[in-house]
Amino acid sequence: MLREVWSGSIEILRAMWITLKHFFRPPVTNQYPDDRVPVYPRFRARHVLKRYENGLERCIGCSLCAAACPTDCILVIAAENTEENRRSPGERYAEVYEINLLRCIFCGYCAEACPTEAIVLEHDFELSTHNRWDAIITQEELLEPHEPDYILIRDDQVWVEPKWGHLTK
Amino acid sequence: MDWISLLLVPAIKSLVVVVALLTGFAYLSYVERKLVARFQVRYGPNRAGPFGILQPISDALKMVFKEEIVPLNVDHVVYLLSPALTVMPALVIWAVIPVSGASFTLFGQTITPYVSDVNVGLLYILAIASLATYGIVLAGWSSNNKYSLLGALRTSSQMLSYELPMGITLVSVLLIAGSLSLVDIVQAQRGVWFALLQPIGFIIYFICGLAEAGRSPFDLPETENELVSGFATEYGGIKFALFFMGEYIHMITISALATTFFLGGWYGPFVNQIPVLGLVYFLIKVAFMIFLIVWIRASLPRIRYDKLMHFCWKFLLPLSLLNLVVTAVVLVLVG
Ligand code: SF4
Ligand code: SF4
Repeated sequence: MLREVWSGSIEILRAMWITLKHFFRPPVTNQYPDDRVPVYPRFRARHVLKRYENGLERCIGCSLCAAACPTDCILVIAAENTEENRRSPGERYAEVYEINLLRCIFCGYCAEACPTEAIVLEHDFELSTHNRWDAIITQEELLEPHEPDYILIRDDQVWVEPKWGHLTK
Repeated sequence: MDWISLLLVPAIKSLVVVVALLTGFAYLSYVERKLVARFQVRYGPNRAGPFGILQPISDALKMVFKEEIVPLNVDHVVYLLSPALTVMPALVIWAVIPVSGASFTLFGQTITPYVSDVNVGLLYILAIASLATYGIVLAGWSSNNKYSLLGALRTSSQMLSYELPMGITLVSVLLIAGSLSLVDIVQAQRGVWFALLQPIGFIIYFICGLAEAGRSPFDLPETENELVSGFATEYGGIKFALFFMGEYIHMITISALATTFFLGGWYGPFVNQIPVLGLVYFLIKVAFMIFLIVWIRASLPRIRYDKLMHFCWKFLLPLSLLNLVVTAVVLVLVG
């Protein structure tokens, strides 16, 4: 029993020594809203509807994304392009394009399915809203350009935080 | 004249002690969160005010404005009374703890640094400390919930068991000091702290104190991984805050008692020349004990329930009895 007491006390002292060592380390917490975490270039967050260089929308309103979506959270209502109102190069364009972000699981199937690469998951991850209806994002919010200045993009060649010691390139 | 010194002065002193303890509780919750955070290499609360020092206030406001939920079929009176019952003993113990050495005179009244010097102070403390169990047992029983009841049963058996070695250890202190009054016990440590004369006693007392206050690694009363939240499961809002307050004030009280019994109370260098230092030393020692308790919480995992009981009955109790016997024999031999 004496040996048990002895080894137990040693273990307790060792545990307390380890925590004491950590007590004097600088915290590693990221102070998030003040101190932004850069995301990788291929990070998948909120969708963006892309355009061609000439400003026309890539989306042709085919609803393939809606069909591919496992949670059925995309609504596309297409309309015909006319000469006066041309929004996409093809015959049709999406008149209504809504994504319910409360249901979206960010799987990226919509981007896979899209024939014109119109819908892409990009970097904006600050998606909280005060109102549930605001979680349904509309075409105006989705269309390019959407580059909020709070999203930082990092070099995807560095895999480990430099401050944690081992830099891998 | 007479009623002033009999009623008014103790009343004001009690008020000061209670206010100091409640503020102490509020900031202890902040300090503990900060300390545990640093042990875990985090920052801890730092959003409310500079360094987060307004955190306790925002917590208190949040607690007060929570919805009052009283579950169906609880025993109403007991259910509402038991949170208060857990806070009360931890506060009342402070009546006999001397926080400083020097009395001072104010408006012709001699103000002593304790609310009262009871000549059976040690017995008083043991008696009051046991009362805290009632609040928890009644809370568990009145909540009409199996987790609460199990938590309460565990708590009561834990506290009752750990009271034994604690009491026996305090008897060894009593043997050396030769008095039950806390003022005399502190004065007996003028030369040597009892922690040096009674190292084993000090450790046993500290372990039992942790168990009594329900602190980690003896926080079996509220093991969230098996009992949801133990006796406090059905409590919310300000009623839960009272249990929380009880636990934290208990922690301060245990630290203050350890200081008084083993660390020389308010004694320290130059305390006779500058009497204010007494209070400072007392606070420093209490703060050190609190730091130790938080440090232990950050380091050790909770122990299993049967181990807890084995540890108490098969190890601490015999050890404290042995300690008592050795102390008595040595005292007789030394004279
Ligand atoms: S990412 Fe997945 S879940 Fe979200 S909209 Fe696209 S297909 Fe649907
Ligand atoms: S985003 Fe792509 S898949 Fe979806 S409707 Fe437009 S073109 Fe079709």
